[in-house]
Amino acid sequence: MADAHSPLAQFEIKTLMPLDLGGVDASFTNASLIMAVVVGLVTLFIVAGMNKATIVPGRFQGMVEFFYEFIANLLKENTGPKGKQFFPLVFSLFMFILGCNLIGLFGAITVTSHIVVTFALAFMVITVVTVVGFMKHGTHYFSYFAPAGAPMWLMPLMIPLEIISYLIRPISLSVRLFANMVAGHVMLGVLGTFVVGLGGLFFALGAIPLAAIPLIFALEVLVALLQAYVFAILTCIYLNDAIHLAH
Amino acid sequence: MPQFDPAIFSPLLVWLVLTFVALYLLMSKLALPKVAAIIDQRAERIEGNLAKAEQLRAEAAGVLAAYEKAIADAKAGAQAELAKAGADIAAETAKREAEFGKRLAEQTRTAETRIKAAKTEALAQVKAIATDLAGGIAGKLTGAGVDANAAGAAVDAVVKERA
Amino acid sequence: MELEAAKMIGAGIAALALGGAGIGLGTLFGSYMEGAFRNPEAQSKLKVNPMLAFALIEATGLFGFVIAMIILFG
Repeated sequence: MADAHSPLAQFEIKTLMPLDLGGVDASFTNASLIMAVVVGLVTLFIVAGMNKATIVPGRFQGMVEFFYEFIANLLKENTGPKGKQFFPLVFSLFMFILGCNLIGLFGAITVTSHIVVTFALAFMVITVVTVVGFMKHGTHYFSYFAPAGAPMWLMPLMIPLEIISYLIRPISLSVRLFANMVAGHVMLGVLGTFVVGLGGLFFALGAIPLAAIPLIFALEVLVALLQAYVFAILTCIYLNDAIHLAH
Repeated sequence: MPQFDPAIFSPLLVWLVLTFVALYLLMSKLALPKVAAIIDQRAERIEGNLAKAEQLRAEAAGVLAAYEKAIADAKAGAQAELAKAGADIAAETAKREAEFGKRLAEQTRTAETRIKAAKTEALAQVKAIATDLAGGIAGKLTGAGVDANAAGAAVDAVVKERA
Repeated sequence: MELEAAKMIGAGIAALALGGAGIGLGTLFGSYMEGAFRNPEAQSKLKVNPMLAFALIEATGLFGFVIAMIILFG
């Protein structure tokens, strides 16, 4: 597989402590550590920000409230008042993905650049959406696949298309996040090897890719924020579809 | 790519589930209610302040209306007072004028009667003096005594002629 | 043809998908600029949606990138 200098080496999972839970490999790895750290940081961020909370917020509290209001508004705009019960879910998803994306840019392994992780998150979202749809509408939820207003003779075409697009949602949702994270980190890794390679060839040449790294890094910070936002907003949109049976 | 190595799937999934469930529980039970509480409190405070401000505004409007009414009342009172005073003065003036005119007319009348009396008296005296004078002058001229009655009759005739 | 060489060629072709993403992003930001210049007051209101579209469009190109990576290293 990838050797130590490959741009893919940064995605390697290293087992820190082997662990076996009833035949299932549950080793504590560097990814587990980072996920736990993200959970700890997110919780600390909010709890510390809300410690000694006042009516007129300070800077730290204002930051926490900014995230809260941001997700609350996102949910309200996209799902209406009925989506309020999913606020903890969307907020946790957003903060978890954002934390993993950002912490990955600062040297730690990027958990969200693992397709298993992103697919598990996307699969969970789609499961929740489907369960909510069936709980709210019962078998009437199947009418979701037959768009109202489409002519009858189009139905044989429309229904399979709708089912495929519904089933492909977890894939597109997970691959979008995964691909963005991998691409950014591979790009940074390739530029890093260029710095070493060109600098070894002739010292000043190494400066060219080195100058590009901060730019790519800034773009990656933007992408990290955007992908967390996109994941959250798509979750809201899917939830809205399930709650209101609307396209 | 290391991501497609099936050996890493199960530890990643197990720890993802553990950590994400932990995050979800921490968020929904511990962290988010705190934020929600303070935001609700703030919204309540703002609403309360708005309600209070509205109430104060209504009160101020009431006070202003009362003040304006008091001013209007005072103005009306003052106007009524002024009108009454004006009417009083006019009435007094008219009364005084009437009294003065009456007194003036009375005085004029008494003066006129006095003048008339004085005139007739003067005229009578003029006649007596004229008779005396005429008798005296005629006696001196003629050297004979003239009858007083005849002189009087002559003066009368002359006065009548002249008048 | 050797398998290794074919893989390289296939990965290169798969990476062409990013060209489509480039065209899409060009269209997106071109339209955004046009709208922003026509109606400068609305500029701040128009800022969020292009960012969302940027993320969505970029992702379609990156699907091709993922295919290339799978061919090369998968």
